[in-house]
Amino acid sequence: MPPLPALPRKYHAASVWLLYIVGLVPAAWGFWLGATGRLPGNPVKEFEHLLGLWALRFLVATLAITPLRDLLGVNWLRYRRALGLLAFWYVLMHFSTYMLLDQVLNVSAVLADIAKRPFITIGMAGFVLLIPLALTSNAWSIRRLGPRWGKLHRLVYVIAAAGALHFALSVKVVGPEQWMYVALVAALVAWRPVRPRFNRWKRGGGRARLNEA
Amino acid sequence: AAPLDAAPGRYVLDEALTPEKDVTGYNNFYEFGTGKGDPAANSGAFEPEPWSVAVGGLVAKPKTFGLEELLAFPLEERIYRMRCVEAWSMVIPWIGFPLASLLDRVEPLGDAKYVAFETVVRPRQMPGQSGFFQPLPWPYVEGLRLDEARHPLTILSVGVYGKTLPNQNGAPVRLVVPWKYGFKGIKSIVRITLTDKEPPSTWNVSAPQEYGFYANVNPEVDHPRWSQASENRIGEGGFFGANRRPTLPFNGYGEEVAGLYAGMDLRVNY
Repeated sequence: MPPLPALPRKYHAASVWLLYIVGLVPAAWGFWLGATGRLPGNPVKEFEHLLGLWALRFLVATLAITPLRDLLGVNWLRYRRALGLLAFWYVLMHFSTYMLLDQVLNVSAVLADIAKRPFITIGMAGFVLLIPLALTSNAWSIRRLGPRWGKLHRLVYVIAAAGALHFALSVKVVGPEQWMYVALVAALVAWRPVRPRFNRWKRGGGRARLNEA
Repeated sequence: AAPLDAAPGRYVLDEALTPEKDVTGYNNFYEFGTGKGDPAANSGAFEPEPWSVAVGGLVAKPKTFGLEELLAFPLEERIYRMRCVEAWSMVIPWIGFPLASLLDRVEPLGDAKYVAFETVVRPRQMPGQSGFFQPLPWPYVEGLRLDEARHPLTILSVGVYGKTLPNQNGAPVRLVVPWKYGFKGIKSIVRITLTDKEPPSTWNVSAPQEYGFYANVNPEVDHPRWSQASENRIGEGGFFGANRRPTLPFNGYGEEVAGLYAGMDLRVNY
């Protein structure tokens, strides 16, 4: 596989900022549509759903960075923090929309939902677990926490699983879209225990043998 | 949808009608897909004419009604609340006639206790009925107790908003039972059968712990995955209007229908 054309180093920082801006476009666009009465039917639910779906997409993208590097040799590590933080912002907006626009600040109804409905309990757990990761997604925390940072951020596997499960359990009939996210998250998490062996095999000339064959 | 004349009915509401674009654009009709916009988007190829409904079972005079015969019943407009089991609601100007008038024509026998309904199966015209992923078993079936079916509020609807039913709303004929969750309102009916046993109901078979046979609107009995205490009125207020309102027992029709369930535990018979 030919390598992708590399982005010149001087654009790296700018491309990360661009990702933050582009990443927030779906939320801004959905909010504008909803606030101006352009979302048909049940605008609050539509917006809530859009935010949840993008949160899940950014979680999947975050988890995909490592396998992309292992399998295709593409190093997009510089975007991972932005993707993870975008996922956090979307989850936060998803929850806020549910709390403010959907339940109109009926705190007791929200608490009852969190306590009684497994899919909401699971989603809420994912949100709570994301908070420490978002708070430590900066260079200072990485230096400060040392090896513990990596351990802490393994929580993202649990969070992504919670997100996919939350989506699948929220619908009346689990369809192809829900299965797709469950499968994607499962595959991306399952890659983690496989990758040390795969990378050893790659370094040990596995690729060369494959090329000769 | 062609213009359809109807007499003003006995049942009106002093609540704002849900805009026609929402009534005909925000639907659950899984035969055309599971998204709310799918029925409007995917029902263009559906042919509601010619049509007939076979009425039989425990009746003295089984009969197949052509669409013209259904449209010949005295039609009236009924403005009803519609409460979906998913905790949203609408106010809809249906056109139709009491199901009881149709049942009278076939003369139910003394041992008939229930009425079973069946939706058409047309995989070529209903994309949700073909392909790899099919959300429900077909045909979609529903049922009512005979006294529920004969209640004056229960209608067969052949139109909405002054026109014949659009395909996405269940053309050409559907059931409307305003005190029950919307999924009881079976669409595009081809068969009505009087029976002595409680007939199956698609959602009840699919998830019995979530959807009961009765499915009366009840703010006290939650769906396992969401509260039924309040509802979102579609097409009101948009994003910032406080469009969540308390759900009423029997969807506000308790005075008329609560007697049907005297002595029954509605937490058990949800």
